[in-house]
Amino acid sequence: MINIFISFLSFTFLLGQSNDMSVQEIIQAMDNNLNAKSRILTSKMIVHGRRSSRTIESKNWVVGIDKAFTEYLSPPREAGTKMLKDGDKLWTYSPQTDRVIQISGHMLRQSVMGSDMSYNDMMEDRPLVELYEATLEGSVEIDGRGHWIVLLEAKVKGLSYPMRRAWIDKEYLLPMKEELYAKSGKLLKTSTMDGIKKVQDRWFPSRFIYKDKLKRNSKGTEWLIDEIEFDIDIPESRFSKALLRK
Amino acid sequence: MIKFLTKGLLRDRSRSLFPVLVITLTVAMVIFAIGFMKGTMNSLILDTAVILTGHERVVTRAYSEESQLMPNDLALMDVNQMIENLEQEYPGFFWSPRITFAGLLDVPDDKGETKAQGPVIAFGIDFLSHGSRQVEIWELERSLVNGKLPKNTDDALISSKMANQLNIKTGESVTFIGSTMDNAFTTYNFNVSGTFNLRKGQTDKQMMLVDLSGARLALDMENAASAIFGFTHSLYYDDEAAVALRTDYNNTKSDSLNIFSPFMLALRDGNQMGTMVDMSEAMMAIMGGIFLVVVMVVLWNMGLMNGLRRYGEVGLRLAMGESKGQVYRSMISEAVIIGLAGTVIGTGIGLALTYYVQENGIDYTKGMEALSNSSMVMPNIFYAQVTPDLFYIGFIPGVLATVLGTMLAGLAIYKREMAQLFKELET
Repeated sequence: MINIFISFLSFTFLLGQSNDMSVQEIIQAMDNNLNAKSRILTSKMIVHGRRSSRTIESKNWVVGIDKAFTEYLSPPREAGTKMLKDGDKLWTYSPQTDRVIQISGHMLRQSVMGSDMSYNDMMEDRPLVELYEATLEGSVEIDGRGHWIVLLEAKVKGLSYPMRRAWIDKEYLLPMKEELYAKSGKLLKTSTMDGIKKVQDRWFPSRFIYKDKLKRNSKGTEWLIDEIEFDIDIPESRFSKALLRK
Repeated sequence: MIKFLTKGLLRDRSRSLFPVLVITLTVAMVIFAIGFMKGTMNSLILDTAVILTGHERVVTRAYSEESQLMPNDLALMDVNQMIENLEQEYPGFFWSPRITFAGLLDVPDDKGETKAQGPVIAFGIDFLSHGSRQVEIWELERSLVNGKLPKNTDDALISSKMANQLNIKTGESVTFIGSTMDNAFTTYNFNVSGTFNLRKGQTDKQMMLVDLSGARLALDMENAASAIFGFTHSLYYDDEAAVALRTDYNNTKSDSLNIFSPFMLALRDGNQMGTMVDMSEAMMAIMGGIFLVVVMVVLWNMGLMNGLRRYGEVGLRLAMGESKGQVYRSMISEAVIIGLAGTVIGTGIGLALTYYVQENGIDYTKGMEALSNSSMVMPNIFYAQVTPDLFYIGFIPGVLATVLGTMLAGLAIYKREMAQLFKELET
């Protein structure tokens, strides 16, 4: 989840938002914004199920692209559940079973907390410039604001989304809308964002909406950012497996 | 007249004992063969019904469209009330909730870290309720390899194939990792109370059986279920009745505009079972038909031979002045009496034999074990089945064929001329 969030930040505020920027520069600048030294954020995820909606509150600590720790705060069933990402490994701790379990294999394709995001979405957080070849497809005006349309095609194997298309706001340099595709060209997910505001010299969205297009009648998942701080010192001990049980 | 003919038959055992014996044996054989074939076909269908479809299955409309994905977010709610209503309105069936779910099974080492992990398909079945027949229909006592049946909410039975693959031992704790009915992440510890082998090929390769209450706790499905399974009390599947019940239920209880409305599926509606049911019925009809025809030819021939054997007697009766019609009718009446007597006794013996095999079965376990590595889903014990048609099917060969044979033989009576008759009597 954090990493998806980070990926969207890749399209953030750049030095001089010029129409003269090459698409490679846009992606590079986006990656520079993405990979903040560290961040701590509190957020709510509203999962709109087919019968009802659930709100899950969590706090996240992230350092670079390798380390992330998430603690779920509510509702009671999820409270106390923790997740630790260290490099390409992901562990989860559930107080109900008092077990630390490594998530691997096909479970990585499963939904996180019933949302429209998978564990793989959380794991794939390398800079987009390393993963995709970008092509500027054109320019379009949406709600009176100029957007670039950028097509990103994978240049490494094994990605969950070998192709993605982003509509990038020319002022905010954020992907206001993105479509994520399979290798076959089938649309797998979409995401949009709104509530853009300035946080520590960055344009930053306060709401993301994800939709898994493979889920029939999916009403999507909203992700609301309550608080976020960038470049905070986070002790190494925050990312120890021992902390999962505490 | 009938009394007179009956007395004659009883006094002349050559005309009654042997024909009645033959008809009795033949009718008993027909009834047992048809009952056994029906029982065997039903056993094949029952295996699939127990694991996948039930004789009837109630799910939500949305679940029925995505059932392959086991979408428990589309599960039935307020299940206890639904079952109460079903039991009242359809008392010919017993109804039981079922939760079908999938995920990962995680086996911890001494430190609680993951030792082994593998995909699992789990069934939450109502084992612990008073009067539940689930242990019986799953034949779990016979399928248990070691350990014991679930006694507590958290107990689980693991397939012996999966236990070997993940090195799970009876008494160990394993963690299920999956999603609740709200699609929330869930982990739940089950105690392995035993291992089982259904001896149905690869069917149970990744199977775990838990009590419904444990599944409900693990998946946060209080008073909810993926489906409600219905089985006839005799466990015999009557396709026509099942389809009629399903149609009635869906017409009266299901709202086609509400995706969460309950929707009933008959066994033939799922997993290509319709083709299997139709094929088994066609095979039954062909095999039963051929058998019936062969038996009818035998009894028809017997009637014919009996008629021809009495050629001289008939000639004498005609010579004494009895009309051809009277002789012909008396022979047919005798055939009817013999046919009825043999059929009634044969039906009684056939039904008794069929009922015995219905209750006790014929155990082919050892033979089937040799096939256990194949992917065929085969029952190990074959049961016969007493069905309503067995009470009258014996009358077709027993009475009809015998009488037809006699009628054909009796036609010779009308061809005989009086002049020729006296010549025959002189010799």
